[in-house]
Amino acid sequence: MSIDTEALHRKAYEIRQRNLIMIHEAGGGHTGGDLSSADILAALYLNDVLNVDPQDPLAPNRDRFFMSKGHGSALLYTTLAFAGFFPEEELATFMKPLSRLNGHPNVSVPGVEANTGALGHGLPMAVGTALAAKMDGALWRTFVLTGDGELQEGSNWEAAMAAAQYQLDNLTLIVDRNRIQMVDWTERIIGLDPLTDKWRAFGWSVQEIDGHDHAEIMQALSAVPFEAGKPNCVIANTHKGEGVSFIRDRAAWHHRVPTDEELGAALEELRGSG
Amino acid sequence: MSELYDCRNAFASTLEDIARGDSRVVALTNDSVSSTKLSHFAELFPDRLFNIGIAEQNMVGMASGMANGGKIPFVAAAACFLTARALEQIKNDVAYTDTNVKLCGVSTGLAYGPLGGTHHSIEDIAWLRAIANMTIIVPADPLETEQAVRAAAGMVGPVYLRLSRMGVPAVHDADYRFEIGKAVRLRDGNDITLAACGTLVPRALVAAAMLEEKGIQARVINMATVKPIDREAIVEAAVETGGIVTAEEHTIYGGFGSAVAEVVATTHPVPMRILGVPGVFAPTGSPEFLFEHFHLTPQGIHDAALELVESGER
Repeated sequence: MSIDTEALHRKAYEIRQRNLIMIHEAGGGHTGGDLSSADILAALYLNDVLNVDPQDPLAPNRDRFFMSKGHGSALLYTTLAFAGFFPEEELATFMKPLSRLNGHPNVSVPGVEANTGALGHGLPMAVGTALAAKMDGALWRTFVLTGDGELQEGSNWEAAMAAAQYQLDNLTLIVDRNRIQMVDWTERIIGLDPLTDKWRAFGWSVQEIDGHDHAEIMQALSAVPFEAGKPNCVIANTHKGEGVSFIRDRAAWHHRVPTDEELGAALEELRGSG
Repeated sequence: MSELYDCRNAFASTLEDIARGDSRVVALTNDSVSSTKLSHFAELFPDRLFNIGIAEQNMVGMASGMANGGKIPFVAAAACFLTARALEQIKNDVAYTDTNVKLCGVSTGLAYGPLGGTHHSIEDIAWLRAIANMTIIVPADPLETEQAVRAAAGMVGPVYLRLSRMGVPAVHDADYRFEIGKAVRLRDGNDITLAACGTLVPRALVAAAMLEEKGIQARVINMATVKPIDREAIVEAAVETGGIVTAEEHTIYGGFGSAVAEVVATTHPVPMRILGVPGVFAPTGSPEFLFEHFHLTPQGIHDAALELVESGER
Protein backbone atom coordinates (compact mmCIF):
# COMPACT_ATOMS: atom_id res chain seq x y z
CA MET A 1 0.00 0.00 0.00
CA SER A 2 1.69 3.14 -1.15
CA ILE A 3 -0.26 5.74 0.80
CA ASP A 4 -2.22 5.43 4.00
CA THR A 5 -5.98 5.26 4.10
CA GLU A 6 -6.28 8.75 5.57
CA ALA A 7 -4.39 10.22 2.65
CA LEU A 8 -6.48 8.20 0.23
CA HIS A 9 -9.65 9.47 1.87
CA ARG A 10 -8.41 13.03 1.41
CA LYS A 11 -7.59 12.34 -2.23
CA ALA A 12 -11.06 10.93 -2.81
CA TYR A 13 -12.57 14.11 -1.38
CA GLU A 14 -10.36 16.24 -3.62
CA ILE A 15 -11.60 14.20 -6.56
CA ARG A 16 -15.19 14.79 -5.43
CA GLN A 17 -14.63 18.54 -5.30
CA ARG A 18 -13.03 18.72 -8.75
CA ASN A 19 -15.72 16.41 -10.07
CA LEU A 20 -18.56 18.62 -8.85
CA ILE A 21 -16.89 21.73 -10.25
CA MET A 22 -16.63 19.95 -13.61
CA ILE A 23 -20.29 18.99 -13.64
CA HIS A 24 -21.27 22.50 -12.61
CA GLU A 25 -19.14 24.04 -15.37
CA ALA A 26 -20.38 21.61 -17.99
CA GLY A 27 -24.00 21.92 -16.96
CA GLY A 28 -24.29 18.14 -17.08
CA GLY A 29 -23.07 14.92 -15.55
CA HIS A 30 -24.08 12.26 -13.09
CA THR A 31 -23.58 13.79 -9.69
CA GLY A 32 -24.92 11.11 -7.37
CA GLY A 33 -23.18 8.11 -8.92
CA ASP A 34 -19.86 9.93 -9.26
CA LEU A 35 -19.84 10.69 -5.54
CA SER A 36 -20.70 7.08 -4.68
CA SER A 37 -17.83 5.62 -6.73
CA ALA A 38 -15.15 8.20 -5.87
CA ASP A 39 -13.51 6.19 -3.08
CA ILE A 40 -13.32 3.09 -5.26
CA LEU A 41 -11.70 4.92 -8.18
CA ALA A 42 -9.28 6.70 -5.88
CA ALA A 43 -8.21 3.34 -4.46
CA LEU A 44 -7.81 1.79 -7.92
CA TYR A 45 -5.76 4.57 -9.49
CA LEU A 46 -4.08 6.47 -6.66
CA ASN A 47 -2.96 3.60 -4.48
CA ASP A 48 -1.29 1.33 -7.01
CA VAL A 49 -4.07 -1.26 -7.13
CA LEU A 50 -4.03 -0.95 -10.90
CA ASN A 51 -0.70 -1.54 -12.55
CA VAL A 52 -1.04 1.17 -15.19
CA ASP A 53 1.46 3.71 -16.48
CA PRO A 54 0.16 7.16 -17.42
CA GLN A 55 3.23 7.56 -19.65
CA ASP A 56 2.43 4.34 -21.52
CA PRO A 57 -1.34 3.89 -21.25
CA LEU A 58 -1.49 1.08 -23.84
CA ALA A 59 1.36 -1.03 -22.46
CA PRO A 60 0.40 -4.63 -23.33
CA ASN A 61 0.88 -5.90 -19.79
CA ARG A 62 -1.10 -3.14 -18.06
CA ASP A 63 -4.00 -4.05 -15.83
CA ARG A 64 -7.32 -3.37 -17.53
CA PHE A 65 -10.06 -1.30 -15.92
CA PHE A 66 -13.50 -0.99 -17.49
CA MET A 67 -15.79 1.78 -16.27
CA SER A 68 -18.95 -0.09 -17.10
CA LYS A 69 -21.06 2.56 -15.41
CA GLY A 70 -20.01 4.92 -18.17
CA HIS A 71 -22.27 7.69 -16.94
CA GLY A 72 -19.58 8.14 -14.30
CA SER A 73 -17.33 9.64 -16.97
CA ALA A 74 -16.66 12.87 -15.05
CA LEU A 75 -15.37 10.81 -12.13
CA LEU A 76 -13.24 8.61 -14.37
CA TYR A 77 -11.76 11.62 -16.18
CA THR A 78 -11.04 13.40 -12.91
CA THR A 79 -9.34 10.34 -11.48
CA LEU A 80 -7.32 9.74 -14.65
CA ALA A 81 -6.19 13.38 -14.60
CA PHE A 82 -5.24 13.11 -10.91
CA ALA A 83 -3.31 9.94 -11.79
CA GLY A 84 -1.39 11.81 -14.49
CA PHE A 85 -2.94 10.44 -17.69
CA PHE A 86 -3.60 13.95 -18.97
CA PRO A 87 -3.37 17.51 -17.56
CA GLU A 88 -5.97 18.49 -15.01
CA GLU A 89 -6.65 21.71 -16.94
CA GLU A 90 -8.30 19.62 -19.65
CA LEU A 91 -11.08 18.71 -17.22
CA ALA A 92 -12.49 22.19 -17.90
CA THR A 93 -13.42 20.99 -21.40
CA PHE A 94 -15.77 18.29 -20.10
CA MET A 95 -18.71 17.97 -22.52
CA LYS A 96 -17.69 21.13 -24.38
CA PRO A 97 -17.95 21.02 -28.20
CA LEU A 98 -15.28 18.77 -29.75
CA SER A 99 -13.70 17.93 -26.40
CA ARG A 100 -12.56 14.33 -26.15
CA LEU A 101 -13.99 14.37 -22.64
CA ASN A 102 -17.51 13.58 -23.76
CA GLY A 103 -20.36 12.58 -21.51
CA HIS A 104 -19.39 8.92 -21.53
CA PRO A 105 -15.88 7.45 -21.63
CA ASN A 106 -14.19 6.88 -24.96
CA VAL A 107 -10.86 5.46 -26.01
CA SER A 108 -9.49 8.71 -27.37
CA VAL A 109 -8.91 9.63 -23.71
CA PRO A 110 -5.65 8.11 -22.43
CA GLY A 111 -6.38 5.39 -19.90
CA VAL A 112 -9.88 4.58 -21.13
CA GLU A 113 -10.17 0.96 -22.31
CA ALA A 114 -13.56 1.00 -24.04
CA ASN A 115 -16.40 3.25 -25.08
CA THR A 116 -18.90 2.55 -22.36
CA GLY A 117 -22.14 4.25 -21.50
CA ALA A 118 -24.66 1.72 -22.70
CA LEU A 119 -25.06 -0.38 -19.57
CA GLY A 120 -24.18 -4.04 -19.27
CA HIS A 121 -21.20 -3.87 -21.63
CA GLY A 122 -18.21 -3.65 -19.29
CA LEU A 123 -18.38 -7.07 -17.72
CA PRO A 124 -18.51 -9.05 -20.99
CA MET A 125 -15.51 -7.09 -22.30
CA ALA A 126 -13.71 -7.64 -19.00
CA VAL A 127 -14.34 -11.38 -19.30
CA GLY A 128 -12.70 -11.16 -22.72
CA THR A 129 -9.57 -9.40 -21.48
CA ALA A 130 -9.28 -11.73 -18.50
CA LEU A 131 -9.58 -14.74 -20.78
CA ALA A 132 -6.95 -13.33 -23.15
CA ALA A 133 -4.55 -12.92 -20.22
CA LYS A 134 -5.22 -16.48 -19.03
CA MET A 135 -4.55 -17.82 -22.53
CA ASP A 136 -1.16 -16.14 -22.51
CA GLY A 137 -0.34 -17.06 -18.94
CA ALA A 138 0.06 -13.31 -18.38
CA LEU A 139 -0.09 -11.81 -14.91
CA TRP A 140 -1.97 -8.64 -15.73
CA ARG A 141 -5.43 -8.42 -14.20
CA THR A 142 -8.81 -7.03 -15.13
CA PHE A 143 -11.09 -4.87 -12.98
CA VAL A 144 -14.54 -3.62 -13.87
CA LEU A 145 -16.87 -1.28 -12.04
CA THR A 146 -20.60 -1.58 -12.60
CA GLY A 147 -23.47 0.26 -11.07
CA ASP A 148 -26.07 -1.78 -9.24
CA GLY A 149 -29.09 -0.81 -11.31
CA GLU A 150 -26.97 -1.79 -14.29
CA LEU A 151 -27.13 -5.40 -13.13
CA GLN A 152 -30.70 -5.46 -14.39
CA GLU A 153 -29.12 -5.83 -17.86
CA GLY A 154 -29.09 -9.53 -18.78
CA SER A 155 -25.73 -9.37 -20.54
CA ASN A 156 -24.07 -9.18 -17.10
CA TRP A 157 -25.42 -12.57 -16.18
CA GLU A 158 -24.31 -14.10 -19.47
CA ALA A 159 -20.85 -12.80 -18.64
CA ALA A 160 -21.11 -13.99 -15.05
CA MET A 161 -21.65 -17.56 -16.21
CA ALA A 162 -18.79 -17.37 -18.70
CA ALA A 163 -16.35 -15.95 -16.12
CA ALA A 164 -17.07 -18.84 -13.77
CA GLN A 165 -16.87 -21.38 -16.60
CA TYR A 166 -13.42 -20.11 -17.58
CA GLN A 167 -12.32 -19.86 -13.93
CA LEU A 168 -11.23 -16.26 -14.34
CA ASP A 169 -9.75 -15.54 -10.93
CA ASN A 170 -7.80 -12.70 -12.59
CA LEU A 171 -11.08 -10.81 -13.02
CA THR A 172 -12.52 -8.57 -10.31
CA LEU A 173 -15.95 -7.05 -10.53
CA ILE A 174 -16.74 -4.17 -8.21
CA VAL A 175 -20.42 -3.36 -7.84
CA ASP A 176 -21.18 0.16 -6.70
CA ARG A 177 -24.14 -0.89 -4.56
CA ASN A 178 -25.62 2.53 -3.79
CA ARG A 179 -29.11 1.02 -4.03
CA ILE A 180 -30.49 3.90 -6.11
CA GLN A 181 -30.94 3.89 -9.87
CA MET A 182 -32.04 6.84 -11.95
CA VAL A 183 -35.43 7.53 -10.44
CA ASP A 184 -35.81 5.36 -7.37
CA TRP A 185 -34.39 2.70 -5.06
CA THR A 186 -33.38 -0.45 -6.97
CA GLU A 187 -35.46 -2.64 -4.69
CA ARG A 188 -38.57 -0.65 -5.58
CA ILE A 189 -38.00 -1.04 -9.30
CA ILE A 190 -36.50 -4.46 -10.05
CA GLY A 191 -34.90 -5.69 -6.88
CA LEU A 192 -31.38 -7.12 -6.83
CA ASP A 193 -31.23 -8.60 -3.34
CA PRO A 194 -29.93 -10.98 -2.22
CA LEU A 195 -27.11 -9.75 -4.47
CA THR A 196 -24.22 -11.49 -2.75
CA ASP A 197 -26.06 -14.80 -2.94
CA LYS A 198 -26.72 -14.26 -6.63
CA TRP A 199 -23.03 -13.87 -7.44
CA ARG A 200 -22.11 -16.84 -5.24
CA ALA A 201 -24.73 -18.93 -7.03
CA PHE A 202 -23.15 -17.92 -10.33
CA GLY A 203 -19.83 -19.33 -9.16
CA TRP A 204 -18.07 -16.17 -8.01
CA SER A 205 -16.15 -15.55 -4.82
CA VAL A 206 -17.77 -12.56 -3.14
CA GLN A 207 -16.76 -10.04 -0.50
CA GLU A 208 -19.11 -7.38 0.74
CA ILE A 209 -17.50 -4.17 1.96
CA ASP A 210 -18.21 -0.58 2.93
CA GLY A 211 -17.39 1.15 -0.33
CA HIS A 212 -16.44 4.37 1.44
CA ASP A 213 -14.06 2.78 3.95
CA HIS A 214 -10.60 2.87 2.44
CA ALA A 215 -9.24 0.23 4.76
CA GLU A 216 -11.97 -2.17 3.66
CA ILE A 217 -11.59 -1.27 -0.01
CA MET A 218 -7.85 -1.84 0.09
CA GLN A 219 -8.20 -5.02 2.10
CA ALA A 220 -10.55 -6.48 -0.51
CA LEU A 221 -8.74 -5.29 -3.62
CA SER A 222 -5.38 -6.47 -2.36
CA ALA A 223 -6.78 -9.89 -1.44
CA VAL A 224 -7.73 -10.98 -4.98
CA PRO A 225 -8.00 -13.70 -6.02
CA PHE A 226 -10.18 -14.57 -3.07
CA GLU A 227 -10.28 -18.20 -4.19
CA ALA A 228 -8.19 -19.83 -6.87
CA GLY A 229 -10.22 -20.57 -9.99
CA LYS A 230 -13.12 -18.26 -9.17
CA PRO A 231 -13.83 -14.76 -10.45
CA ASN A 232 -13.95 -12.11 -7.73
CA CYS A 233 -16.91 -9.92 -6.89
CA VAL A 234 -16.66 -7.02 -4.47
CA ILE A 235 -20.05 -5.67 -3.48
CA ALA A 236 -19.21 -2.17 -2.36
CA ASN A 237 -22.05 -0.84 -0.24
CA THR A 238 -22.11 2.86 -0.92
CA HIS A 239 -24.32 5.91 -0.75
CA LYS A 240 -25.26 7.77 -3.86
CA GLY A 241 -24.08 11.34 -3.33
CA GLU A 242 -21.67 10.37 -0.52
CA GLY A 243 -19.93 13.37 1.00
CA VAL A 244 -22.64 15.97 0.54
CA SER A 245 -25.53 15.85 2.98
CA PHE A 246 -28.17 17.30 0.69
CA ILE A 247 -27.21 15.01 -2.22
CA ARG A 248 -26.64 11.78 -0.31
CA ASP A 249 -29.18 8.99 -0.91
CA ARG A 250 -31.42 11.15 -3.09
CA ALA A 251 -32.46 9.76 -6.46
CA ALA A 252 -33.24 13.29 -7.63
CA TRP A 253 -29.47 13.90 -7.76
CA HIS A 254 -28.81 11.10 -10.27
CA HIS A 255 -27.97 13.67 -12.92
CA ARG A 256 -28.97 16.94 -11.37
CA VAL A 257 -26.43 19.74 -11.76
CA PRO A 258 -25.71 21.85 -8.68
CA THR A 259 -26.60 25.54 -8.77
CA ASP A 260 -23.95 28.09 -7.81
CA GLU A 261 -25.20 28.12 -4.23
CA GLU A 262 -25.43 24.33 -4.03
CA LEU A 263 -21.94 23.98 -5.43
CA GLY A 264 -20.56 26.36 -2.81
CA ALA A 265 -22.31 24.51 -0.02
CA ALA A 266 -21.22 21.12 -1.36
CA LEU A 267 -17.58 22.14 -1.71
CA GLU A 268 -17.59 23.47 1.82
CA GLU A 269 -18.91 20.15 3.14
CA LEU A 270 -16.42 18.18 1.05
CA ARG A 271 -13.50 20.33 2.24
CA GLY A 272 -14.62 19.77 5.81
CA SER A 273 -14.81 15.99 5.35
CA GLY A 274 -11.57 15.66 3.39
CA MET B 1 -25.22 -27.84 -63.74
CA SER B 2 -21.90 -26.80 -62.32
CA GLU B 3 -20.70 -28.00 -58.94
CA LEU B 4 -22.13 -26.17 -55.94
CA TYR B 5 -20.10 -25.18 -52.89
CA ASP B 6 -20.98 -24.34 -49.31
CA CYS B 7 -18.83 -21.28 -48.57
CA ARG B 8 -18.78 -22.09 -44.86
CA ASN B 9 -16.24 -24.78 -45.68
CA ALA B 10 -13.93 -22.29 -47.35
CA PHE B 11 -14.38 -19.99 -44.34
CA ALA B 12 -13.48 -22.71 -41.85
CA SER B 13 -10.52 -24.15 -43.72
CA THR B 14 -9.11 -20.67 -44.34
CA LEU B 15 -9.50 -19.74 -40.71
CA GLU B 16 -7.66 -22.92 -39.74
CA ASP B 17 -4.88 -22.01 -42.11
CA ILE B 18 -4.60 -18.47 -40.73
CA ALA B 19 -4.70 -19.78 -37.17
CA ARG B 20 -1.80 -22.13 -37.92
CA GLY B 21 0.37 -19.16 -38.75
CA ASP B 22 -0.92 -16.68 -36.19
CA SER B 23 -1.41 -17.74 -32.59
CA ARG B 24 -3.43 -14.59 -31.88
CA VAL B 25 -6.35 -15.90 -33.92
CA VAL B 26 -9.20 -17.28 -31.81
CA ALA B 27 -12.75 -18.30 -32.65
CA LEU B 28 -15.87 -17.67 -30.62
CA THR B 29 -19.27 -19.15 -31.31
CA ASN B 30 -22.67 -19.41 -29.66
CA ASP B 31 -23.16 -23.16 -29.38
CA SER B 32 -22.88 -23.30 -33.17
CA VAL B 33 -19.62 -25.19 -33.58
CA SER B 34 -21.04 -27.42 -36.28
CA SER B 35 -23.20 -24.94 -38.20
CA THR B 36 -20.24 -22.57 -38.40
CA LYS B 37 -18.11 -25.54 -39.59
CA LEU B 38 -15.65 -24.99 -36.77
CA SER B 39 -15.56 -28.61 -35.54
CA HIS B 40 -12.24 -29.24 -37.21
CA PHE B 41 -10.85 -25.94 -35.93
CA ALA B 42 -11.87 -27.10 -32.46
CA GLU B 43 -9.95 -30.33 -32.96
CA LEU B 44 -6.86 -28.53 -34.25
CA PHE B 45 -6.95 -25.70 -31.70
CA PRO B 46 -8.97 -26.81 -28.69
CA ASP B 47 -7.58 -23.95 -26.59
CA ARG B 48 -8.53 -21.31 -29.15
CA LEU B 49 -12.15 -22.20 -29.80
CA PHE B 50 -14.58 -20.75 -27.29
CA ASN B 51 -18.13 -21.98 -27.30
CA ILE B 52 -19.67 -19.13 -25.35
CA GLY B 53 -23.04 -20.79 -25.16
CA ILE B 54 -26.32 -19.26 -26.18
CA ALA B 55 -25.34 -15.73 -25.20
CA GLU B 56 -24.61 -13.49 -28.15
CA GLN B 57 -24.28 -10.22 -26.22
CA ASN B 58 -21.59 -11.66 -24.00
CA MET B 59 -19.95 -13.36 -26.98
CA VAL B 60 -19.46 -10.11 -28.88
CA GLY B 61 -18.49 -8.17 -25.75
CA MET B 62 -15.94 -10.86 -24.89
CA ALA B 63 -14.54 -10.70 -28.42
CA SER B 64 -13.99 -6.97 -27.96
CA GLY B 65 -12.17 -7.65 -24.70
CA MET B 66 -10.07 -10.40 -26.26
CA ALA B 67 -9.05 -8.02 -29.04
CA ASN B 68 -8.10 -5.50 -26.33
CA GLY B 69 -5.95 -8.28 -24.87
CA GLY B 70 -4.11 -8.80 -28.14
CA LYS B 71 -6.14 -11.57 -29.76
CA ILE B 72 -7.73 -11.53 -33.22
CA PRO B 73 -11.22 -12.90 -32.52
CA PHE B 74 -13.39 -14.36 -35.25
CA VAL B 75 -16.95 -14.51 -33.95
CA ALA B 76 -18.96 -17.05 -35.92
CA ALA B 77 -22.68 -17.46 -35.47
CA ALA B 78 -25.93 -17.53 -37.36
CA ALA B 79 -26.23 -14.03 -38.76
CA CYS B 80 -29.78 -13.57 -37.50
CA PHE B 81 -28.68 -13.91 -33.86
CA LEU B 82 -25.21 -12.42 -34.16
CA THR B 83 -26.29 -9.17 -35.74
CA ALA B 84 -29.67 -8.65 -34.10
CA ARG B 85 -29.15 -9.88 -30.55
CA ALA B 86 -25.71 -8.33 -30.18
CA LEU B 87 -26.28 -5.20 -32.25
CA GLU B 88 -25.48 -2.80 -29.39
CA GLN B 89 -22.29 -4.73 -28.61
CA ILE B 90 -21.38 -4.57 -32.30
CA LYS B 91 -22.00 -0.83 -32.30
CA ASN B 92 -20.25 0.09 -29.04
CA ASP B 93 -17.79 -2.64 -28.10
CA VAL B 94 -16.61 -3.47 -31.61
CA ALA B 95 -17.18 -0.51 -33.95
CA TYR B 96 -17.20 2.56 -31.70
CA THR B 97 -14.38 1.25 -29.53
CA ASP B 98 -12.75 0.20 -32.84
CA THR B 99 -11.54 -3.21 -31.77
CA ASN B 100 -10.02 -5.78 -34.09
CA VAL B 101 -13.00 -8.14 -34.13
CA LYS B 102 -14.13 -10.13 -37.16
CA LEU B 103 -17.85 -10.89 -37.15
CA CYS B 104 -18.74 -13.88 -39.30
CA GLY B 105 -22.46 -14.26 -39.88
CA VAL B 106 -23.35 -17.61 -41.38
CA SER B 107 -26.61 -18.91 -42.80
CA THR B 108 -27.41 -15.42 -43.95
CA GLY B 109 -30.37 -14.06 -45.85
CA LEU B 110 -33.05 -16.64 -46.61
CA ALA B 111 -30.81 -19.67 -46.11
CA TYR B 112 -32.82 -20.96 -43.17
CA GLY B 113 -35.89 -20.89 -45.43
CA PRO B 114 -38.58 -22.99 -43.76
CA LEU B 115 -37.42 -22.12 -40.24
CA GLY B 116 -39.12 -18.78 -40.73
CA GLY B 117 -38.66 -15.12 -40.05
CA THR B 118 -36.86 -15.45 -36.71
CA HIS B 119 -34.06 -17.26 -38.51
CA HIS B 120 -33.93 -15.25 -41.71
CA SER B 121 -31.25 -12.58 -41.72
CA ILE B 122 -32.40 -10.04 -44.25
CA GLU B 123 -31.74 -6.87 -42.24
CA ASP B 124 -28.11 -7.39 -41.21
CA ILE B 125 -26.49 -5.38 -44.00
CA ALA B 126 -28.76 -2.42 -43.29
CA TRP B 127 -28.04 -2.50 -39.56
CA LEU B 128 -24.30 -2.87 -39.84
CA ARG B 129 -23.93 -0.55 -42.83
CA ALA B 130 -25.27 2.27 -40.65
CA ILE B 131 -22.47 1.80 -38.13
CA ALA B 132 -19.23 3.74 -38.56
CA ASN B 133 -15.89 1.89 -38.73
CA MET B 134 -17.58 -1.24 -40.09
CA THR B 135 -16.37 -3.06 -43.19
CA ILE B 136 -18.93 -5.41 -44.76
CA ILE B 137 -17.97 -8.19 -47.15
CA VAL B 138 -20.44 -10.52 -48.89
CA PRO B 139 -18.43 -13.12 -50.82
CA ALA B 140 -19.98 -14.92 -53.76
CA ASP B 141 -18.04 -18.17 -54.00
CA PRO B 142 -15.45 -20.29 -52.16
CA LEU B 143 -12.41 -18.58 -53.64
CA GLU B 144 -13.73 -15.16 -52.79
CA THR B 145 -14.70 -16.38 -49.31
CA GLU B 146 -11.18 -17.62 -48.70
CA GLN B 147 -9.67 -14.36 -49.84
CA ALA B 148 -12.18 -12.28 -47.90
CA VAL B 149 -11.35 -14.15 -44.70
CA ARG B 150 -7.65 -13.51 -45.34
CA ALA B 151 -8.31 -9.85 -46.09
CA ALA B 152 -10.35 -9.49 -42.90
CA ALA B 153 -7.57 -11.05 -40.86
CA GLY B 154 -5.03 -8.88 -42.61
CA MET B 155 -6.64 -5.55 -41.76
CA VAL B 156 -6.87 -4.01 -38.31
CA GLY B 157 -10.43 -3.11 -37.42
CA PRO B 158 -13.98 -4.43 -37.38
CA VAL B 159 -15.21 -6.52 -40.29
CA TYR B 160 -18.52 -8.24 -40.95
CA LEU B 161 -18.27 -11.27 -43.23
CA ARG B 162 -21.65 -12.39 -44.54
CA LEU B 163 -21.41 -16.08 -45.33
CA SER B 164 -24.25 -18.08 -46.78
CA ARG B 165 -24.88 -21.78 -46.31
CA MET B 166 -26.53 -22.20 -49.70
CA GLY B 167 -24.74 -24.03 -52.47
CA VAL B 168 -23.17 -21.62 -54.94
CA PRO B 169 -21.17 -22.23 -58.11
CA ALA B 170 -17.69 -20.82 -58.56
CA VAL B 171 -17.88 -17.49 -60.36
CA HIS B 172 -14.23 -16.52 -60.21
CA ASP B 173 -11.20 -17.92 -62.02
CA ALA B 174 -8.35 -19.38 -60.02
CA ASP B 175 -6.25 -16.24 -60.52
CA TYR B 176 -8.92 -13.96 -59.01
CA ARG B 177 -7.65 -11.59 -56.33
CA PHE B 178 -10.19 -10.07 -53.98
CA GLU B 179 -9.44 -6.62 -52.64
CA ILE B 180 -11.50 -4.89 -49.95
CA GLY B 181 -13.47 -2.03 -51.45
CA LYS B 182 -13.01 -3.10 -55.07
CA ALA B 183 -15.82 -4.33 -57.29
CA VAL B 184 -14.91 -6.78 -59.99
CA ARG B 185 -16.40 -6.90 -63.46
CA LEU B 186 -17.41 -10.45 -64.36
CA ARG B 187 -18.92 -9.62 -67.73
CA ASP B 188 -18.51 -6.69 -70.07
CA GLY B 189 -21.44 -4.84 -71.53
CA ASN B 190 -22.64 -1.29 -72.03
CA ASP B 191 -26.43 -1.63 -72.34
CA ILE B 192 -27.18 -2.06 -68.65
CA THR B 193 -25.41 -3.05 -65.44
CA LEU B 194 -26.35 -5.94 -63.21
CA ALA B 195 -24.74 -5.34 -59.80
CA ALA B 196 -24.93 -8.09 -57.22
CA CYS B 197 -23.32 -9.51 -54.12
CA GLY B 198 -23.17 -12.97 -52.57
CA THR B 199 -25.65 -15.57 -53.76
CA LEU B 200 -27.09 -13.23 -56.39
CA VAL B 201 -23.86 -12.97 -58.36
CA PRO B 202 -24.18 -16.29 -60.22
CA ARG B 203 -27.85 -15.53 -60.87
CA ALA B 204 -26.90 -12.18 -62.37
CA LEU B 205 -24.43 -13.91 -64.67
CA VAL B 206 -27.11 -16.27 -65.96
CA ALA B 207 -29.48 -13.33 -66.38
CA ALA B 208 -26.84 -11.55 -68.47
CA ALA B 209 -26.56 -14.58 -70.74
CA MET B 210 -30.34 -14.58 -71.15
CA LEU B 211 -30.29 -10.88 -71.98
CA GLU B 212 -27.62 -11.44 -74.60
CA GLU B 213 -30.04 -13.69 -76.46
CA LYS B 214 -32.25 -10.62 -76.79
CA GLY B 215 -29.35 -8.54 -78.03
CA ILE B 216 -28.78 -6.75 -74.74
CA GLN B 217 -25.20 -6.62 -73.52
CA ALA B 218 -25.35 -6.48 -69.73
CA ARG B 219 -22.35 -5.64 -67.60
CA VAL B 220 -22.13 -7.77 -64.48
CA ILE B 221 -20.27 -6.48 -61.45
CA ASN B 222 -19.69 -8.40 -58.26
CA MET B 223 -19.64 -5.97 -55.35
CA ALA B 224 -18.49 -8.22 -52.56
CA THR B 225 -17.50 -5.25 -50.42
CA VAL B 226 -20.78 -3.56 -49.56
CA LYS B 227 -18.98 -1.14 -47.26
CA PRO B 228 -16.91 0.75 -48.20
CA ILE B 229 -18.67 0.48 -51.54
CA ASP B 230 -16.70 0.91 -54.74
CA ARG B 231 -18.04 4.31 -55.79
CA GLU B 232 -15.84 4.42 -58.86
CA ALA B 233 -17.26 1.21 -60.30
CA ILE B 234 -20.81 2.43 -59.69
CA VAL B 235 -20.25 5.82 -61.32
CA GLU B 236 -18.54 4.11 -64.24
CA ALA B 237 -21.50 1.76 -64.62
CA ALA B 238 -23.98 4.63 -64.45
CA VAL B 239 -22.09 6.70 -67.03
CA GLU B 240 -21.32 3.87 -69.43
CA THR B 241 -24.47 1.75 -69.24
CA GLY B 242 -27.17 4.24 -68.26
CA GLY B 243 -29.10 1.93 -65.95
CA ILE B 244 -28.40 -0.36 -63.00
CA VAL B 245 -30.24 -3.36 -61.58
CA THR B 246 -29.09 -4.45 -58.12
CA ALA B 247 -29.85 -7.84 -56.60
CA GLU B 248 -29.33 -9.01 -53.03
CA GLU B 249 -30.54 -11.64 -50.57
CA HIS B 250 -31.69 -8.95 -48.16
CA THR B 251 -34.46 -6.45 -47.65
CA ILE B 252 -34.46 -3.68 -50.23
CA TYR B 253 -34.48 -1.15 -47.41
CA GLY B 254 -31.00 -0.03 -46.44
CA GLY B 255 -29.04 -2.88 -47.95
CA PHE B 256 -26.76 -3.32 -50.94
CA GLY B 257 -29.15 -1.77 -53.44
CA SER B 258 -29.58 1.24 -51.21
CA ALA B 259 -25.81 1.61 -50.99
CA VAL B 260 -25.56 1.64 -54.79
CA ALA B 261 -28.52 4.02 -55.10
CA GLU B 262 -26.93 6.48 -52.66
CA VAL B 263 -23.92 6.76 -54.97
CA VAL B 264 -25.97 6.88 -58.16
CA ALA B 265 -28.37 9.52 -56.88
CA THR B 266 -25.59 11.82 -55.70
CA THR B 267 -23.20 11.44 -58.64
CA HIS B 268 -24.73 10.42 -61.95
CA PRO B 269 -28.46 9.67 -61.59
CA VAL B 270 -29.66 6.88 -63.87
CA PRO B 271 -32.74 4.65 -63.57
CA MET B 272 -32.36 1.71 -61.24
CA ARG B 273 -34.25 -1.37 -60.17
CA ILE B 274 -33.52 -2.71 -56.69
CA LEU B 275 -34.23 -6.42 -56.30
CA GLY B 276 -34.42 -8.07 -52.91
CA VAL B 277 -36.99 -8.89 -50.27
CA PRO B 278 -39.57 -6.12 -50.64
CA GLY B 279 -40.02 -5.03 -47.05
CA VAL B 280 -41.90 -8.07 -45.78
CA PHE B 281 -41.11 -10.98 -43.51
CA ALA B 282 -40.51 -13.93 -45.80
CA PRO B 283 -43.04 -16.76 -45.71
CA THR B 284 -42.21 -20.40 -45.11
CA GLY B 285 -40.48 -22.31 -47.84
CA SER B 286 -37.15 -23.67 -48.92
CA PRO B 287 -34.51 -21.09 -49.82
CA GLU B 288 -34.99 -22.00 -53.48
CA PHE B 289 -38.74 -21.47 -53.13
CA LEU B 290 -38.20 -18.10 -51.46
CA PHE B 291 -35.75 -16.98 -54.15
CA GLU B 292 -38.45 -17.81 -56.72
CA HIS B 293 -41.12 -16.16 -54.58
CA PHE B 294 -39.19 -12.88 -54.50
CA HIS B 295 -38.00 -13.15 -58.14
CA LEU B 296 -34.39 -13.34 -57.01
CA THR B 297 -33.70 -15.64 -59.94
CA PRO B 298 -31.97 -15.30 -63.30
CA GLN B 299 -35.43 -14.84 -64.81
CA GLY B 300 -36.35 -12.19 -62.24
CA ILE B 301 -33.15 -10.24 -62.81
CA HIS B 302 -33.55 -10.64 -66.57
CA ASP B 303 -37.13 -9.37 -66.44
CA ALA B 304 -36.22 -6.33 -64.35
CA ALA B 305 -33.33 -5.47 -66.64
CA LEU B 306 -35.42 -5.90 -69.77
CA GLU B 307 -38.22 -3.81 -68.32
CA LEU B 308 -35.72 -1.07 -67.45
CA VAL B 309 -34.15 -1.13 -70.92
CA GLU B 310 -37.54 -1.10 -72.65
CA SER B 311 -39.04 1.53 -70.34
CA GLY B 312 -37.23 4.28 -72.16
CA GLU B 313 -36.17 5.78 -68.85
CA ARG B 314 -32.50 5.63 -69.76
